[in-house]
Amino acid sequence: MAFVVETLIKIIFMFLMVLGLVPVLIWAERKGSAFIQDRTGPNRAAIGGVRLAGLVHPIADVMKLVFKEDVTPGNRHRGLYNLAPWLVMTVAVSTYAVIPFGDYLLVAGRQVKLVVADLNVGLLYVLAVASLGTYGVVIGGWASNNKFTFLGGVRATAQMISYEINLGLALMGLVLVFGSVRITDIVAGQGQLLFGFLPMWGVVIQPLGFVLFITSIFAETNRTPFDLPDGDSEIVAGYHLEYSSLKFALFFMAEYAHMVVGAALISAFYFGGYQIPWLPRAVLENHAGLFLTIKLCGFIVVALWIAVLFMRRAQREKGKFNDERDREPLMGVAFWLVLAVAAAAGLALKPWAVGPVGASLIVSILQVLVFVMKVLFFAWLFIWVRWTLPRFRYDQLMALGWKVMLPLGLANLVVTAIVMALI
Amino acid sequence: MSFEGLPKGAVAKKRSFLESIYLVEILRGLGVTIGHLLRNIFHTDEMPTMQYPEEKRVYGDRFRGRHRLMQREDGSPRCVACQMCSTYCPADCIEIVAAEHPDPEIEKYPATFDIDLLRCVYCGLCEEACPCDAIRLDTGIYEIAADNREKFVVDKEFLLNNETDGTL
Repeated sequence: MAFVVETLIKIIFMFLMVLGLVPVLIWAERKGSAFIQDRTGPNRAAIGGVRLAGLVHPIADVMKLVFKEDVTPGNRHRGLYNLAPWLVMTVAVSTYAVIPFGDYLLVAGRQVKLVVADLNVGLLYVLAVASLGTYGVVIGGWASNNKFTFLGGVRATAQMISYEINLGLALMGLVLVFGSVRITDIVAGQGQLLFGFLPMWGVVIQPLGFVLFITSIFAETNRTPFDLPDGDSEIVAGYHLEYSSLKFALFFMAEYAHMVVGAALISAFYFGGYQIPWLPRAVLENHAGLFLTIKLCGFIVVALWIAVLFMRRAQREKGKFNDERDREPLMGVAFWLVLAVAAAAGLALKPWAVGPVGASLIVSILQVLVFVMKVLFFAWLFIWVRWTLPRFRYDQLMALGWKVMLPLGLANLVVTAIVMALI
Repeated sequence: MSFEGLPKGAVAKKRSFLESIYLVEILRGLGVTIGHLLRNIFHTDEMPTMQYPEEKRVYGDRFRGRHRLMQREDGSPRCVACQMCSTYCPADCIEIVAAEHPDPEIEKYPATFDIDLLRCVYCGLCEEACPCDAIRLDTGIYEIAADNREKFVVDKEFLLNNETDGTL
């Protein structure tokens, strides 16, 4: 019974994390791409006069999509047409079930593992569910009764299945090194030290595998430079052309959910997941109070510095707009001052003298935060690469997958096997 | 590829090993974009974007905006309905119906003078063709808005009134 309750809470947490990061990523994509291209990006939507640099825009996007007319083609295959968006979204969120976002949590004397489903074959589950993702794309493309969407769906399928092979091969190297297909073992194993001083992260012991894996993840999520299936300027909109309103909103959110999941996979397999380099759990627990105090002090310093930057901007741009926008740097100052005061109030509670239960809780929260930060960094990497690289042509894409990456993946596997046999 | 007959120096540059891996080039490209991002975050006011309704672009004096009809001292239009502008118009958007003017010096005047602003390409040929300086495109109004197509066909009274803004 307690197990059911714990699992439900973990499911809700993971679900909220994936779906909650989607609007943040939409904002980051629109503002980030704008700043990379030397333009401002969306900055008009506001709630009650508070603009938040465009963070309100994803809410406006969702509301627009909800109120749009649901235009559907006449000769579509009704069942499959309605199934496709659901399939894509479900696959994205299901993959998240086996990724650990923390070590464990001590609750009432019991250790609760911070992963929704600690499967024996976690890695195989990830690969299998990622394969299901191709169904959503090709079903959506075919059921729309449109040659262009069909072509987009077919291309997407061919691309995704070819890069799944490379995905599996890159991960096999990791399995050889860590000796287990269980993801929690792989993540926990990355806490060891190699040669005594390097953290045994996946990227350190399998650099070629990392490059292959990250390229394959880009191809699996249909993200530039591999986004020919839904390339905006090439094939109109590809497989989600004939969808509008909420079904399109689901495809749209599913793309960003795939990005979050891809980022989580990269950070779990190759960058240590929730681990902090050189600080295993025992060390953290012994010095939890010290770390918390250092973090709070650091946060106060950073918050005060940001408040000072806003204050300087408020003084520099006094009267620039002569309307409500003059208030905005002052709102920034107020916000960061409030945060600094809250952190100082936290300091007043004597965080350096926590007991063992408190230390364990602090370390668990710290690990979850580290995981979230790594996921955010890799999601930003997805966006960054999209607005840097041009799109691959279809034959270049397939040539890369089969003629370059497959031999490299096999070579990686052979070299890893030889090295592991010699050690 | 052969380069016979071409000036010396025109050879296809062979890609070095590092270049053919593409990873180094990708990293350099990522460096360029992150440089742009950071520069724009810390120097936002140097971005070339104009925040439109608050800042508008300043155009030159010869900018061709919406048309207006010029008046004589007594308020009647200078136009003598000679049909030169409507003949010259490449978009076929001016319709003039002429009527007889009592003054024998000014033989005709336009009874109706309709311009379809949706057909107009704002080329200024009507302004060039007019012998009486009766039609000019110098209002500088480019924000022309209405909510159905019929409102875009403007008549003589609208064009004679030189105080309007863009709404129709």
